Amino acid sequence: MLDIGLHHFLTVSVLVFIAGLFTVLTRRNAIGVLMGVELILNSANINYIAFSRFGGSGYDGQIFTIFAIMLAAAEAAIGLAIVLGIYRKFETIDVEATDTLRG
Amino acid sequence: MDLGNFASLSHSFPTLFLAFSVVAVFLLDLVIEKKEWLGDIALLVVAIAILGVVRLLSSETGALFHRSVVLDEFGLYFQLLVLLSAFATIWMSLGSREIRRLNQGEYWAILLASTLGMAFMATSNNLLMGYLSLEFVSLTSYVLAGYSLHNRRATEASLKYLIYGGVASGAMIYGMSWIYGLAGSLEFHAIQQALLTNGEAALPLYVALVLTLAGLGFKISAFPFHMWAPDVYQGAPIPVAAFLAVGSKTAAFALMIRFFFTAMAAPAGGGAYEMVGGVDWRTLLLVVSALTMTYGNLAALNQTGSVKRLLAYSGIAHAGYALMGFVVLTDDGLRAMIFYLTVYYLMNIGAFLVVMMVANSTGREDLASFRGLAWRGGAVPAVAMAIFLFSLTGLPPFAGFIGKFYLFAAVVKQELYLLALIGVANSVVSLFYYARIVRVMFLDQPEGGEGVVEVDWHNGVLLGLLTIGTVVLGIFWGPLFDFADRSTRLFIG
Repeated sequence: MLDIGLHHFLTVSVLVFIAGLFTVLTRRNAIGVLMGVELILNSANINYIAFSRFGGSGYDGQIFTIFAIMLAAAEAAIGLAIVLGIYRKFETIDVEATDTLRG
Repeated sequence: MDLGNFASLSHSFPTLFLAFSVVAVFLLDLVIEKKEWLGDIALLVVAIAILGVVRLLSSETGALFHRSVVLDEFGLYFQLLVLLSAFATIWMSLGSREIRRLNQGEYWAILLASTLGMAFMATSNNLLMGYLSLEFVSLTSYVLAGYSLHNRRATEASLKYLIYGGVASGAMIYGMSWIYGLAGSLEFHAIQQALLTNGEAALPLYVALVLTLAGLGFKISAFPFHMWAPDVYQGAPIPVAAFLAVGSKTAAFALMIRFFFTAMAAPAGGGAYEMVGGVDWRTLLLVVSALTMTYGNLAALNQTGSVKRLLAYSGIAHAGYALMGFVVLTDDGLRAMIFYLTVYYLMNIGAFLVVMMVANSTGREDLASFRGLAWRGGAVPAVAMAIFLFSLTGLPPFAGFIGKFYLFAAVVKQELYLLALIGVANSVVSLFYYARIVRVMFLDQPEGGEGVVEVDWHNGVLLGLLTIGTVVLGIFWGPLFDFADRSTRLFIG
């Protein structure tokens, strides 16, 4: 049986972080971009819990994760409202099509 | 002193009062028909909070709420600055035609909520509190930036702010998770102690710091995290742009100073600090500072369209100047930086206020709407704008000169001559685009289609106060400088 330790969690979190960053950079759909941001936040959450579990430094990390999950929800709510506003004005949620502010 | 929960409550009147007021204003919105009254209430709330902070200035320094928040002169000074920005922003909003056209109900409550977040940013003492307050400010700012729902540009600005902000704060929380893992604690002082005892693992710490800097650098609009600023300032309502340029930038500087000076550095005696953890973040920030001011100024040179966009680039450049006080790692630098941010508050809010007064009368905010401003009824705002712009450039006898003088003095004292040279060269470059606005206002004659600019007493009072502040602090800056000097003391432990 494979013994799962801190390194495994950290590897997963790095992979999730890179996946999130890749999603943000390549998606043109605004909701896709927001999902990438959620992946980045969750990669950090994995880290906090792993460090809290294996580092023996109390529950600080887990508390941080609870707050981060709550904030991610708040951010998603505001994000979707803004995307809805974009759809009303531009009739698309393609982030490249809405790039009109230039100078 | 390290206070328990109940004792802490008695020392956090300003933030508690703001928090209750946010809820109260949301509820009052349901019963009050005249929405301007809510703005007056918000103004009163901020004024009371300012008095509360002033009253706390004489109390003992210490840690509150299980060491997640601190009470020290540094934090209180920045709370004052943030509250004053909020006060000016609310005052501006009450006199803004753009805001008057909107459904104002929640605007005031969200503005107060944003102020509350900034007040917490100034006093956070651990990573969790820092992240929460920063994110609180971000979320409210996204809403404020896109508040004019009928406006395409505002909606777009809001989306861009959301995406850049989401990624930046995501990178920051990920970087913080590594700092937590390496140091085993979320609290700034405990991180410092842990890094002092085991200084290895420099590479992961370096990566973690760069990622954390992404979130903080985003808020202060430092290169290369500045991309959002021009678009957001251009799209957002003018008072909101002023608030983002001054309030949120100042608060982020406060959090950044506290994080780097109490967690990533330790006092080395003689007013100097030294870095801990074997990571040379000072050189990194030095490069960021030089690039930020150079980029901001060069990009501003090309701006002949929107004045708000020009002020955004100028704001980026000023973040670079202020960072000069950061990288010298001494009390001198901190003091110069605090003083500079105060002066920046006066002159930048002032510049946005003049843009708003022109926009109120003409409905436009491009450079062409300033043509011959002095000759079509707007002589007072034109003169005030000239004072603000020359002060932003750093010309004597205005406050901006004194601010820059102390920054350069601190940099030269640490023998960072190249950085000082870059700073001076940048100030010269900035004169070109600031003087261009002055030339358009005074030397160009109006072509007839611009419309008359009227000065009403409401905006006139604020304009007068900011102008007097900018001029007086250029001649008689001693008391404020002493106050800034006292406020460099960070509570450590």
